[in-house]
Amino acid sequence: MSDGTPQGYTTEDGRRIGGVLMEMKNITLRFGGVKAITDISFDIREGEIRAIIGPNGAGKSSMLNVISGFYVPQEGEVWFRGRRRGPMKPYQVARLGIARTFQNIALFDGMSVLDNIMTGRLTMMKSGLLSQAMWWGGAQREETLHREKVEKIVDFLEIQNIRKTPVGRLPYGLKKRVELARALAAEPRLLLLDEPMAGMNVEEKEDMSRFILDVNDEFGTTIALIEHDMGVVMDLSDRVVVMDYGKKIGDGTPDEVRNNQEVIDAYLGVAHD
Amino acid sequence: MLYREAGDFKTTYAADSQTFPIRFDRFAYWSLLVVAFLVVPFVINDYWANAVFVPFLIYAIAALGLNILTGYCGQVSLGTGGFMAVGAYACYKLMTAFPEVSILIHVLLAGGVTAAVGVVFGLPSLRIKGFYLAVATLAAQFFLVWLFNKVPWFYNYSASGQISAPERSVLGHAVTGAQTTAPAKYLFCLAILFALAWLARNLTRGTVGRKWMAIRDMDIAAEIIGVNPLTTKLSAFAISSFYIGVAGALFFSVYLGAVEVGEAFGIQKSFLILFMIIIGGLGSIFGSFAGAAFMVLLPVFLKNVLVGHLGWATDLAAHVELMIVGALIVIFLIAEPHGMAQLWRLAKEKLRLWPFPH
Repeated sequence: MSDGTPQGYTTEDGRRIGGVLMEMKNITLRFGGVKAITDISFDIREGEIRAIIGPNGAGKSSMLNVISGFYVPQEGEVWFRGRRRGPMKPYQVARLGIARTFQNIALFDGMSVLDNIMTGRLTMMKSGLLSQAMWWGGAQREETLHREKVEKIVDFLEIQNIRKTPVGRLPYGLKKRVELARALAAEPRLLLLDEPMAGMNVEEKEDMSRFILDVNDEFGTTIALIEHDMGVVMDLSDRVVVMDYGKKIGDGTPDEVRNNQEVIDAYLGVAHD
Repeated sequence: MLYREAGDFKTTYAADSQTFPIRFDRFAYWSLLVVAFLVVPFVINDYWANAVFVPFLIYAIAALGLNILTGYCGQVSLGTGGFMAVGAYACYKLMTAFPEVSILIHVLLAGGVTAAVGVVFGLPSLRIKGFYLAVATLAAQFFLVWLFNKVPWFYNYSASGQISAPERSVLGHAVTGAQTTAPAKYLFCLAILFALAWLARNLTRGTVGRKWMAIRDMDIAAEIIGVNPLTTKLSAFAISSFYIGVAGALFFSVYLGAVEVGEAFGIQKSFLILFMIIIGGLGSIFGSFAGAAFMVLLPVFLKNVLVGHLGWATDLAAHVELMIVGALIVIFLIAEPHGMAQLWRLAKEKLRLWPFPH
């Protein structure tokens, strides 16, 4: 069974899922008179792949933006690693160990692939301004150290051949991969992926799915993702939250969600009287 | 060997991140340094120093500064002239208040004062972007010039309202005042430029530089990876203003000697330096040099050719110069937004494969 025990559970394929990493309690988000999210609660557990699905305009991306600090909900609490998180700026959230990718790619077009991924490690780079200005001692050592870590991710995502290419010149699928690399470079506890497979062909989707599974498996990173491709969602995720019109209409394992009448209605449509 | 290296042969990360990865470039760089420091001072005369070298060196410092802010951090500024004025007046006040302290210290302190002023005027950048920020910095430009005109304390209550640099020397050689020799001025500016350019290169390739560029390319994404926009933008304003302040101090004390603020540091100066980095290349150290050289040499070149050889009237030549600069800006913005630095990069990429491009 998915939820219930505070200690976690074991998935069908034998992966051990830990305790609660992030918990959203009764989140409500309004823009003026419009309610984007109404009273939603769910949790994300250590080591799991958690999907958020729903029709367009259901409030999925708003939810992700609440988690990453772009929006501050009017009501509700966000708990991360057992602590309640006050209103935070996105860069503070990043320092907590939450990284994300965007629906429409948000890379730094003027910089090379390598520099883009290196920016993922900015929160960990501590050398002072003076040391950097002199490029002596601390700064140079640090650069090499982090470069090594970044190179591991470059190898992992198989983008060695485009290291020095400016991101602006890359095709869409690769850009998505570089964005994932940048998020991974931060060694996040929680990785948020906003439609990682949007606009990809089957082969690119397979690659991306493989990377997501590998990330979860090798680094033990907890992943929360939004995706429209149901096949991918059902295959990848351990548990699924279903949203519609800003409300949560389903939560559970892919099988449970698939057979939930409300979810079927939301996706297939139902006659309103 | 004119050019080499057509693959990746490096074995350490340090070697991979060096400034001049190609041996020929390193050789060219070191020879240029040797010529600049050891040959030019012995052959330079007053005309070359005053018309070409000293203004080039000083404008290159200012262009580096503006490039850090605009080219690397993406914050457009039209306040360069005003910030140069801050550097000049800070330097003047320091020189007259503490005559026994070295001019070098004064110039650097003037940069520090300008950095503080730059941070204050950089505060609006946290709320406004692009065109609107440009207008806000324009306000800085006009306010600062007005301030230095209006408050007599800044020009020590002199009757003319001008400030003029007293004589100061470095290592026994006068660098300001009437007794200055061309090599002394040249070397003083060159040493400062060299140090500042080296620092700028180091800053832009490391953590700070990546933060700046992240803010420039996409500020939302920068924030999500943990970049604090407040400190990042303000650090760009501070460091950029430091460079511009140093340039202003040198422009006043070493180059002109006496300055009337509206004339020397008016809005034209802001545009001139902005043109330098647009033509030279936004976000490029080399571009700052190329742009400064271009904008200093173009008038000299045109004057020599049009007036000297073709016998045109001076005012006609001046107008043609304006037209050429204007046309070039438009052409560069449309055809090569990354300026001469990008042309140079492309040429080098071709040269790497030369003579076997296939």
